[in-house]
Amino acid sequence: MSDQPKNQSGENRRSKSRTDSPVEAPSSVQAVPSASEYTGDDERQYTLANRRRFLKQAGVAAGLAAGAAWTSLAPPSWPLSIRDPDGERGKPKKDILRLPETGFAVDASATAPVLGVARGNDVDAMVRAAIDNIGGIGRFIRRGDVVVIKPNVAFERVAVLGATSNPEVLQALIRVVLSAGADEVRVADNPIESPEACFARSGIRKAALDAGARLFLPTSGSFETLHVPGATWIENWPFFWRPFRGANKVIGIAPVKDHNLCRASMTTKNWYGLLGGRRNQFHQDIHGIISDLALMLRPTFVLLDGSRVLFRSGPTGGSLADVRPGQTIVASTDTLAVDSFGWDDLLGRKGEELPAYFAKAEKRGLGTTDWRSVSIKETQVG
Amino acid sequence: MSEKKNKKVVRLKVLQPNRDGTPWYARSLRITKIRVISQAFFFALFMFLLWVTWFSRLGGYPASLFLELDPLVGFATALATHTIYRHLWFGLIILGVTLLFGRVFCNWMCPYGTLHQFVGWLFNIRGNKDNIDKNRYHSVYQLKYFILAIFLIMAAFGSLQIGLLDPICLLVRTVTVTVAPAMDLVAEDWGLTTISFAPGAPEQRIFSGAWFVGLMIIGLVGMNLVIPRFFCRFLCPLGAFLGFLSRFALWRIDRDVTKCTDCDLCLRRCEGASDPQAALRKSECFVCFNCIDDCPEDALSFRLAPLPIKDRIVGSIKKGTATLFGKKVISKVAETEIKGPDVARRRWVFAGIAGVMAYPFLRLSKAVNNRGFHEKAIRPPGSVAEEEFLERCIKCDQCINVCPTNVLQPSTLAEGGLEGLWTPVMDFSVGFCQLNCTLCTEVCPTGAIQKTSIARKLGRGEYEKDGPIRVGTAFFNRGRCLPWSMETPCVVCEEVCPVSPKAIGTYDEDIIRWDGTKVTLNKPYMRPELCIGCGICERECPVIDDAAVYVTAVGETRSEDRTLLLKSHKDT
Repeated sequence: MSDQPKNQSGENRRSKSRTDSPVEAPSSVQAVPSASEYTGDDERQYTLANRRRFLKQAGVAAGLAAGAAWTSLAPPSWPLSIRDPDGERGKPKKDILRLPETGFAVDASATAPVLGVARGNDVDAMVRAAIDNIGGIGRFIRRGDVVVIKPNVAFERVAVLGATSNPEVLQALIRVVLSAGADEVRVADNPIESPEACFARSGIRKAALDAGARLFLPTSGSFETLHVPGATWIENWPFFWRPFRGANKVIGIAPVKDHNLCRASMTTKNWYGLLGGRRNQFHQDIHGIISDLALMLRPTFVLLDGSRVLFRSGPTGGSLADVRPGQTIVASTDTLAVDSFGWDDLLGRKGEELPAYFAKAEKRGLGTTDWRSVSIKETQVG
Repeated sequence: MSEKKNKKVVRLKVLQPNRDGTPWYARSLRITKIRVISQAFFFALFMFLLWVTWFSRLGGYPASLFLELDPLVGFATALATHTIYRHLWFGLIILGVTLLFGRVFCNWMCPYGTLHQFVGWLFNIRGNKDNIDKNRYHSVYQLKYFILAIFLIMAAFGSLQIGLLDPICLLVRTVTVTVAPAMDLVAEDWGLTTISFAPGAPEQRIFSGAWFVGLMIIGLVGMNLVIPRFFCRFLCPLGAFLGFLSRFALWRIDRDVTKCTDCDLCLRRCEGASDPQAALRKSECFVCFNCIDDCPEDALSFRLAPLPIKDRIVGSIKKGTATLFGKKVISKVAETEIKGPDVARRRWVFAGIAGVMAYPFLRLSKAVNNRGFHEKAIRPPGSVAEEEFLERCIKCDQCINVCPTNVLQPSTLAEGGLEGLWTPVMDFSVGFCQLNCTLCTEVCPTGAIQKTSIARKLGRGEYEKDGPIRVGTAFFNRGRCLPWSMETPCVVCEEVCPVSPKAIGTYDEDIIRWDGTKVTLNKPYMRPELCIGCGICERECPVIDDAAVYVTAVGETRSEDRTLLLKSHKDT
């Protein structure tokens, strides 16, 4: 075997394989000459090329192996390590949020009454009068405030059925709050039925938008875990957080309703609509949870909307026969006092024992359940 | 100055006719471009209408327009019910267009066809030669005519199955069950609720069997990489229906045999595989005009009622002496037209027999009959009785798309059998039927769910005497109910019951629990005359995996055979 032709064939092959497709290259055994078949310069070059390629591949492989080893074996505190020896690191982390320590209440006033009652038929005037009776809107809302208003929009009912907050009252309230210089008014609730439909049917959507408020409907991304120190059931629980981001005042506005389980749903029970998660479990201790709600949210003030009273078949109602006009709106800084007033005066259950959640919440120092013992101012308007 | 003047002249020249006498815009605005614009428009319109099919957007839009325009929906429901419901006469528009121009619907309007064409175009890596081969007619394309024949015969018997494969139904269903929720998942993440399909839905919508519907569209659309327009050529019953009609079309693609050199370049982008290079298969042609665009000899044109020219050729094509009206015939293929679908009579007979057999096979399954029906085959309010329902429902799932609470779900094989597959049923573990909502009745194109007012649904006003529409009846499973079996207060069910007076009452009892504490238990019970089966009790029951109160289909008002309580039949 002479070297010459082999040499040529070797050269041919290498120069060809660079440009041509593999089909046209000499195939099988001939195509892959072993190193021993080369001589002189060719052999040296071949070896060099081989070595370079080997080093490159070995380098890449070693790099990959080292990278994989680092990320999986390096101690968790080292940079780029994703080691998780006990499984703790891989668990989802929840941001736990808190509401302001003292709630959203403004400083107590020695002179202003705790309950401001307005009676009449003109909703606008009643809302103004009720708020004026507890010190006027200027006491609560400052220029630049971001205010969350929480109506009760739990069900897809028209307003006259009394199962939801009266949109006229809400509208009057929003206007009062905006006139006091609030930057933004947000209306938010997490209804039981489909939110979009509840807000539309109840008239709350239109009322809120017309008066210049922003609507917040719950979506799956609107909830965050809220920490309520000392609560029995909801020390850490999903809370409708999105409207509260950046807000500094909270006003509740609740209808007066009979309730099948806790007997009366007014301003304290109204906060239920801010909870997310599996909240239907709370019926197993409804009084406990309502007392937790009083602890969770201490509002700037609340309005008890007694323009209509759902006096039976609550909390859903559904028939005009279950509703009677109440001709009353009450403003208060004490949700328990205003609810006990509603129990006696609006639901007409004076003399009956108050639902158990009143006592539970009072024991926690969250208000007073005897409305006669607090200062009250009553006005008759139009 | 002179330069400026020159420029002006040049500009005007642009607007001057081309040398061959065609207007200036014909240089860039080809008919195929207009076609693409039309396809994009109809696809966008289709998606827009599905997007507005939602509580907060629906005001006044013809949400089910495409389904109503679909002549197969109108024709097949007319076969099954002998009536044309509401807007289904819209199908006449497409029918008329087809009788004039052939299957223009397939390549100018059909959103599913557009999707197939677009995907096929985007991922096409074949060379010209391959493309030409892939676009030749193949006899298996007659499968769609068998499918159509089977579906129509079943429809005549009262089992409407066109919705399984009708492209509009299929695409509405696919968008509803898979595309829209997937889109919402992303929109929610990015905070783009304004563009999501279900804004204001409290939770991400979920649908039973979404994986299968999704797999189906990926499979069918993916097949375009193997065979262009696979669905349209093989399976589409609407295409078959229009193909059958297009034999009467007045216009068609015509080939000038004195110009045609048999180069086959017209097959390069032929969408329908309709053989424009030889005898045009009118029933297969999608009228996409690609062949006219691609013909280098200008031998193809779209003509009003051209005659087949075979008999007018004088001389012998083989010997090269053939002439047509004095012009030399160049093409070796004499025919220019095949009118109807290429299906032999015996095969029609076979398809007919298959259709006749399919009806009893499906209908004698247990799920769809009054004996042995599934207890969770709960139909939306306003639905007609099950037998008529199966005559009308096209499984388009528009009702499911519009449902604000996600309670409406495409039926799986369990609830509806194969015959009821993807028809709407209510699943109260997912949602509930909202009291004051009748949206599903508004969008149903075929009247499987009849247009129903809220007064009718709730039995108010003039419907007082009829009472409310019941979709089923709620039952308590006392063994799982917290107050009944676990000494634990609850009654969420009573709280949320929306009818007045409530259909759930309670026996109140003070007891001392095992640990000595005193509790009041309100043990719930049903008042069946009042229950409308809305299922909110089941949805809200804290025993979430297998609710302690649950609704089953018995007692539904739409059926005389599935009733529960004794009732007076004085009026009937």
